[in-house]
Amino acid sequence: MSNVPNDLKYAKTHEWVRDEEDGTVVIGITDHAQELLGDLVFVELPEVGDTVDAGAECAVVESVKAASDVYSPVSGEVIAINETLVDTPETVNQDAFGDGWLFQVRLSAPAELDDLLDADAYSDVMESEAH
Amino acid sequence: MGNRTILFDTHNSMGARIVPFGGWDMPLHYGSQLEEHHAVRKDAGMFDVCHMTVVDLTGDRVRAFLRHLLANDVARLQESGKALYSCMLNEQGGVIDDLIVYFMHETWFRMVVNAGTTEKDLAWLNRQAPAFDVTVNPRNDLAMIAVQGPHARHKALLQLPVPLQEPAADLQPFYAATAADWFVGRTGYTGEDGFEVMLPETEAVAFWQALADAGVRPCGLGARDTLRLEAGMNLYGSDMDETISPLEAGLNWTIAWEPAERAFIGRQALEARKGDPANRRFVGLVLIGRGVLRDHQKVFFNDREAGEITSGGFAPTLEKSIALARVSPEVSGECEVEIRGKRVPARVVRPPFVRNGKARVEV
Repeated sequence: MSNVPNDLKYAKTHEWVRDEEDGTVVIGITDHAQELLGDLVFVELPEVGDTVDAGAECAVVESVKAASDVYSPVSGEVIAINETLVDTPETVNQDAFGDGWLFQVRLSAPAELDDLLDADAYSDVMESEAH
Repeated sequence: MGNRTILFDTHNSMGARIVPFGGWDMPLHYGSQLEEHHAVRKDAGMFDVCHMTVVDLTGDRVRAFLRHLLANDVARLQESGKALYSCMLNEQGGVIDDLIVYFMHETWFRMVVNAGTTEKDLAWLNRQAPAFDVTVNPRNDLAMIAVQGPHARHKALLQLPVPLQEPAADLQPFYAATAADWFVGRTGYTGEDGFEVMLPETEAVAFWQALADAGVRPCGLGARDTLRLEAGMNLYGSDMDETISPLEAGLNWTIAWEPAERAFIGRQALEARKGDPANRRFVGLVLIGRGVLRDHQKVFFNDREAGEITSGGFAPTLEKSIALARVSPEVSGECEVEIRGKRVPARVVRPPFVRNGKARVEV
């Protein structure tokens, strides 16, 4: 069973959100998502300065097997991206919740955070998809 | 739930991620598809290929039957054990399946066909065979395991039954040897040296385990696909099917035109199109820009749509994305591929991309 840290929030599309408590959040894909995808070989990130909308696709992760869209769980402006993933996409496989983060967003609608899942609710999503 | 091979429980106990493939539940990988790929290029890996079908063809006129049935000519097989790759065509020249046929002796040839096409292949064989009094016997009692990589033969040899060890050690590429119900061919689908072993299903689990203990890494269909793509080997259903002739699938080399009087099925249709300048070319692509080439992406040349990728993916040995593509005859040099609405430059090359662990194209 994949690891689901309690201090993060989640989207049912398998992204995680870490609240930096300064009006910004860091976003990545979950350990469960990287496990489903298999070895990642390519990551396409938004650009710094881009505006992202909650629920809209804004990045792509590709494994040896397939391409998968990443949806932004929140709305706002991209203020940082994890450029190391260009050369080492496998970092997402190795440390999905840490060094494998994808991008950071300055929230334009902080209340959206309340709509996200907590660790228990996300575990239920994983569980239901397994059946 | 799909069909399961005799090794299904063994795969699960070895940590396989199982996916449906051609009506079967097969291992995709056992943790890391990339590591499995590299194991085959550098050392030794094994694949459960029990889902493929072994068909024994017997009868006094079996050679004549196969000379009628196949686009390649089994007259080329004169030494016992010799293997031949061929397409089996319909009357329109489309590919019903691609297969390997082994000549064992004048009244026995053995054929290995794809899993997803087994049913229609058998129907086709059974339709053509009576005219030659040939018996078609699908060997569902046999399992098949491919052991591939530079160290594969060395690691596998001692795991074979004793009477087969010496004949197997002496095999030249594309030859097979047999003892009792065991059969070893020095063939494969990875671009590396190795064996394909057919054996009684009841002995398959023990053989798989013995290979694992000898340091042969279990590999899934994921690695099998990236290995064959790097090796420039076609995948039936992606690179060709019943609507595509071998002339447009890079398989001209498998058509035996001589002797001219050999009337194999599909010959007339192929001859009508042979040398037609409008025939599409089957080429390799190496992506220059960023991204991953995938099946069905469109190819552009001089700003015009000029074909489609038939198999694409990431090539772990080259650390680049590569593809096989069917394109208009004028496509050469550099082209573009549309990836998620953007056109990305790619270079046209001649497959294979990798053979025996070495890159064969510039990247």
